Amino acid sequence: MAERRSRLRAEQLSALYGGTAAVKDVTLAFPPNTVTAIIGPSGCGKSTFLRCLNRLHELAPDATVRGHVFLDGRDVYAAEANAVAIRRRIGMVFQQANPFPTMTIYRNVAAGLSMNGRLTRGETDQAVERALRGAALWDEVKDRLRASPLALSGGQQQRLCIARAIAPRPDVVLLDEPTSALDPLATQSIEELVQELKREFTVVIVTHNMQQAARVSDFTGFFYLGELVEHGETPRMFTAPREERTEAYVTGRFG
Amino acid sequence: MISGLTRRRLLSRIMTGVTVLCAILALAPLFAIFGDLVVRGASSLNWDFFVKNPAAAGDTGGGVANAIVGTLIIVGVGSALGLPVGIGAGVYLAEYGGGRFGVTVRFLADVLTGTPSVIVGVFVWMLVVRPMGHFSALAGGIALAILMVPMVTRTTEEMVRLVPHSLREAALALGFPRWRTTAQVMVRAAWPGIVTGALVAVARIAGETAPLLFTALGNLNFRTNVLQPMQTLSLQIYVFATGPFEEWHRLAWGAALVLMAIVLVFGLSARFVTRTRFRDG
Amino acid sequence: MDRRSSDRTSPQSSRIGWGDAVFKAALTAFAAVIPLLFLALVGRLAVSAWPTIRAFGLRFLTTSTWDPVANVYGAAPMIFGTLLSSLLALVLAVPLALGVAIYLTEFAPGWLRRPVATLVELLAAIPSVVYGLWGIFVLIPLLRAYVIPPLQAVLGWTPLFSGTFFGNSMLAAGMILAIMILPYISSVSREVLAAVPPSQREAALALGATRWEAVWSAVLPYGRAGVLGAIVLGLGRALGETMAVVMVIGNRHDLSVSLVEPGITMAAVIANEFNEAAGLQRAALFEVGLVLFGVTLAVNALARLLVWRVARGSAVGSRAI
Repeated sequence: MAERRSRLRAEQLSALYGGTAAVKDVTLAFPPNTVTAIIGPSGCGKSTFLRCLNRLHELAPDATVRGHVFLDGRDVYAAEANAVAIRRRIGMVFQQANPFPTMTIYRNVAAGLSMNGRLTRGETDQAVERALRGAALWDEVKDRLRASPLALSGGQQQRLCIARAIAPRPDVVLLDEPTSALDPLATQSIEELVQELKREFTVVIVTHNMQQAARVSDFTGFFYLGELVEHGETPRMFTAPREERTEAYVTGRFG
Repeated sequence: MISGLTRRRLLSRIMTGVTVLCAILALAPLFAIFGDLVVRGASSLNWDFFVKNPAAAGDTGGGVANAIVGTLIIVGVGSALGLPVGIGAGVYLAEYGGGRFGVTVRFLADVLTGTPSVIVGVFVWMLVVRPMGHFSALAGGIALAILMVPMVTRTTEEMVRLVPHSLREAALALGFPRWRTTAQVMVRAAWPGIVTGALVAVARIAGETAPLLFTALGNLNFRTNVLQPMQTLSLQIYVFATGPFEEWHRLAWGAALVLMAIVLVFGLSARFVTRTRFRDG
Repeated sequence: MDRRSSDRTSPQSSRIGWGDAVFKAALTAFAAVIPLLFLALVGRLAVSAWPTIRAFGLRFLTTSTWDPVANVYGAAPMIFGTLLSSLLALVLAVPLALGVAIYLTEFAPGWLRRPVATLVELLAAIPSVVYGLWGIFVLIPLLRAYVIPPLQAVLGWTPLFSGTFFGNSMLAAGMILAIMILPYISSVSREVLAAVPPSQREAALALGATRWEAVWSAVLPYGRAGVLGAIVLGLGRALGETMAVVMVIGNRHDLSVSLVEPGITMAAVIANEFNEAAGLQRAALFEVGLVLFGVTLAVNALARLLVWRVARGSAVGSRAI
């Protein structure tokens, strides 16, 4: 499988709800084929920041974005950029698994495929299988692709959502606290999956669970009150943070 | 001397009984009417009733075949016109209905659901029958469509609004353009509810009479041409019930039984649609 | 061969925006039908009623002569009849409907609620003409045999019950209307009462109230606005009912207070006379329609405002069954 060298970089990114800034002037690069974890206490702007990357934030009422996000050198917020096209290059998995209830498992995974031109039946089958294998779900659902996704367990539904997000072969996969609603066993399988995903995609994962960040990520960014306080390689961030606030957070003194 | 507490508890028990009595009194007419429909209507139901047209005035025999077919045709025309508009307007209100235009449309739709159907009838008379020069089933269908639109609009909006936001986000995050998000995800998820609302509206208009008095008019013969006057069960019941012949009165009960059955079929299938959906999930 | 999302961004972009615009335009067109319909309705009625508006002015609402031969028209009997029949319907239906609503939300055992509620809603499914049929052949004979004699024996001296009972009467119309509007008042009231937070009832019970007292002093007052809205909604329905009324009310152009005598309502006179009317009479009927439309509009708007405050914009009460 081809290694992708897409570069995702946020530059002086700010996000506001009305007059209040939820994200303040963040500059952060995401190296290709790595997992970057975004950590911080509740309400620090991590999810908002993530949603700015795929231009989802601007759909909220009264929401504005300032700054730039460069995908392969091109600013997704440029005047001539098309938000819908951007979102096809960046996949997202949400906190609560949200498969489309009226579609079969097969159609859920294939949902994002038809956006990029018509595929033959064979091509769709291949893409679906590949995505489900990539999400470590193929063996469990290969005999019931026409079943309703609602029959799956929480962890399986979330993996289905991951399969749906990666099926269109995006450059980047964003995960917004993907395991916060799952039990420990399901959480573990998703964490293993995230490690696998970085082989093909650039992964950004928001998590309120520090141990999870330490387990799955290569780089970590610590957010506090909308600012990127510190960013660096994960082992160093957790053992020798440079900022006082970072140290306070990772040692559990607040948050 | 009954103590205050005992008196209060007695009052509570009595009032509870009063509400039970209310329920019984409220349902009594229901059972009476259904009972009468079955008892008095059943005697008219024979093969002839369903396949023949009304006999000449005063003669025995005859049936309501033309009325049954007419009801189905006019309800069909009305639904074909009213459902798309109502569903489209409902989806608009759910997806784009925040602004002043949406608020106005929503308010007017609610207000129009209460319009007396006889008024819609004279309106369509002026709008369609007069220019055409004669009564027609099409005019009747238009009148019924006008009655349907506000109803279907509000139920559709409500159903689409109930679809969780997370589905919209998932679709948008996949790169679905706005129109596809609405059409392929939101409306699709709300579809069983939308169908239910539509069936309920169809059941309502199937029983309408007043607007048809001045549009479809009625007819003693078997007609399928929508550009001509046509009979419906509701019109037939009105004519038979207010007519002078015993035979007509008997037939009116039979026609009422059939009409009630048709209305119930639409109503029950509406409930059936929601129930099967939940079983799949 | 691998298909990359990034391969196909530019050509699609223009097509995407176009799809959104067309879709929204189509939906907006459908939505625009509603205000257009409303304006057309009001406009058309007003234009067609203009001849009599110009000829009689406000006297149309206050005089009682309805003479197609002399071409003099006054709608006072119909307006009065509409109000009287609707008022009678409310007097009969509201206590019953509220009793049913309270029973279903407060006292009925869990397994009984859905079936009884469904049965009550079924009353709304019966077509108006079937109610009329039942009214003519079952209710009126019943009234004649068992209700009118004792009623007139006791209250025959009052203006409300004096006169001769011929069958078709304001009383019959009022009773049928009551049965017809009961399910609407009851189901909206039920939704309103069910929306009252349980903590209200619990607070009253915790203070030592009996079950009835909790309902009367805590639940009902909380849902007061919505229940009032339900009643006004029922009134709106009663004002516009046509077929059942025209079949049992007698259609006599007389301004009489007596319930046992025949009467006339605005909806009934239109149904009865429109097809045979011409010229000024037809314009007079259009004007009656305009007045009826205006009255039901005002009443329904009031009902919606009252119910919206409680139900916060959901389509409460607009369901047919």
